[in-house]
Amino acid sequence: MSLMTGKVINSKKEGQEVQRWERFQQRYLTLEKVKSSVWTIVRAVLIIGLSYVILYPILLKVSIAFTHRVDLYDPTVMLIPRNVTLENFEYVISTMNYAKVTWHSFLLSAMTMVLTVITCSLVGYGFARFTFKGKNVLFSLVILTILVPPQTIMVPTYINYRNFDLFGLIGLFNEGGLNLIGSYWPFVISSATGMGLKAGLFIFIFRQFFKSFPKEIEEAAFVDGAGVFKTFFQIMLPNAIPAIITVMLFSFVWQWNDVYYTTMFLDNASVMSTQLQTVGATIAHRLSTTSGGGVGAVDPFYVSMLVNTSILLAILPLIVLYLFVQRHFVESVERTGIVG
Amino acid sequence: MIVSKRKPTLEERRGRWAWVFIAPWLLGFTLLFAVPLIQSMFYSFSELSLSPTGLQLDFKGMANYRNALMEHVDYNRTLTEAVLNMLLNVPLVVIFSLFVAQLLNQQFKGRMIARVIFFLPVILASGVIASIESGDFLQSAIMGGGNDPATGAGSMLRSFELERLLIQSGMNELFVTYLTGSVDRIYEIVSAAGVQIIIFLAGLQAIAPQLYEAAKIEGATGYEAFWKITFPMISPLILTNVIYTVIDAFTSNDMTTLIQETAFRQFDFGLSAAMSWIYFIIIALILLITTYSINRKVFYQ
Repeated sequence: MSLMTGKVINSKKEGQEVQRWERFQQRYLTLEKVKSSVWTIVRAVLIIGLSYVILYPILLKVSIAFTHRVDLYDPTVMLIPRNVTLENFEYVISTMNYAKVTWHSFLLSAMTMVLTVITCSLVGYGFARFTFKGKNVLFSLVILTILVPPQTIMVPTYINYRNFDLFGLIGLFNEGGLNLIGSYWPFVISSATGMGLKAGLFIFIFRQFFKSFPKEIEEAAFVDGAGVFKTFFQIMLPNAIPAIITVMLFSFVWQWNDVYYTTMFLDNASVMSTQLQTVGATIAHRLSTTSGGGVGAVDPFYVSMLVNTSILLAILPLIVLYLFVQRHFVESVERTGIVG
Repeated sequence: MIVSKRKPTLEERRGRWAWVFIAPWLLGFTLLFAVPLIQSMFYSFSELSLSPTGLQLDFKGMANYRNALMEHVDYNRTLTEAVLNMLLNVPLVVIFSLFVAQLLNQQFKGRMIARVIFFLPVILASGVIASIESGDFLQSAIMGGGNDPATGAGSMLRSFELERLLIQSGMNELFVTYLTGSVDRIYEIVSAAGVQIIIFLAGLQAIAPQLYEAAKIEGATGYEAFWKITFPMISPLILTNVIYTVIDAFTSNDMTTLIQETAFRQFDFGLSAAMSWIYFIIIALILLITTYSINRKVFYQ
């Protein structure tokens, strides 16, 4: 703006002109001011409203979880419970076997997260910073793995892990291969080979990030005598922390919430997501057996209350995790270079 | 001469290392993706029975496909529903996420907190939590109606007035119901838009501020700046986001549940494979058409 006025003053040195310009500027600025303050209000309303839409279900769950049974049928109790209790938590924790299930889920998610980050960063770097024959074809195959719904290869994948065999080697010792269903091995194998949950997307994110990284740094490292791997581990990876955090968060959370792979590969409800799927039935069953009145005698509202509590408990670790990494995550979004 | 000859060889020599880097993926792709994909194609043409010693394939021709499309009770209905739902949701989600990204890209107090809140659905509204939430009735009872408009006075009140107002003002009825319907489904849309908001936000931040400065000096309004600068600059990402939203809408819905149940409840693996192939071909067609039609209008720098 000031540059422009400077030009105007320089080119037309008549005082009248300058005055007119200044008057115009003043008027323009005030109009701008009105407009911007109106926009600020509209924006604030929109953001607060949408934040409310997002946060309300969570707040509601918190409120339900702390409410005592007695308050359920009390119409004067709204959101803020009169009889605050931890009973719901105790009941759900013992029914769900919470500590064990959380530990299993954490183990599984952390494991796939680490493997996914390692593999996808390697592959992403391979696609971003090398020229080799068939690179474009191979990368379009990466995109293909994102596009094909996992259900299409569901049956062969299942059979694959049920009779797992590596080039017929295992079959030599054990007829029909190994049955890996029910163990964590399918998750380990698929995430270590970049075929895990949404791994194509992670490869894409890493590739875009490494592509946007200045090439000169790498060349300097090369001139200084660093090998390909040294360059990758000591220069590229430390600089890729925003992308790493994004991918870590995504892969952990998506694995935590995933039911597709966990129901397929694990036959018992030992992780959080599969446990959650059946938690309503489990709670109803336990309630009916303890009260002795059959399933019909179970109060559906009370069950729903407990289900809400269990969802809250299930997402609690995620929320804690998110609060820890949110600063890095939100910042990293700006620099991840998902855009390329 | 020597330099021009040597340079590609260095590049090529370095290029060999790439195979080391992509080796894990290459292994996974061939063994865990390409082979299963071809196998699944075979399964869809045959009857598959599992036995403790292995599996047995009997060629059946197109029988599984005929069964899925002509005889199965639910398949056609579920498929059309999935596609219609997708067609309904994708434009809403993309427009909404662009709008929110635009909001979050501006300077204001508490921007950090707003961003933290808006990215929360990425974490919470995926997988099992979303599916339980939609079926929970204590919550929907408290929220006033929730998914079922017939039971709750709350949801009737929410958009009924607006709907009447808009129809009376002479707008197209179909469009109005679409609009008010989307107001009612705002939570669904917000929770589907998390990743898209992130992608748009990153894109908005990549636009050079000089462009806006120049436009402002030339006297462009914010409205003009959006349509003449932001929109073209971000149009490649609109394509990305449309594709992402389409895939996201297709990875977890009634259709996928049906495919899974056919395989693991009824143990009809051939039929399940045929179903998923039809499903995949339809998704591929939709993606092709949308990519083609959007790509012509995308502005590449």
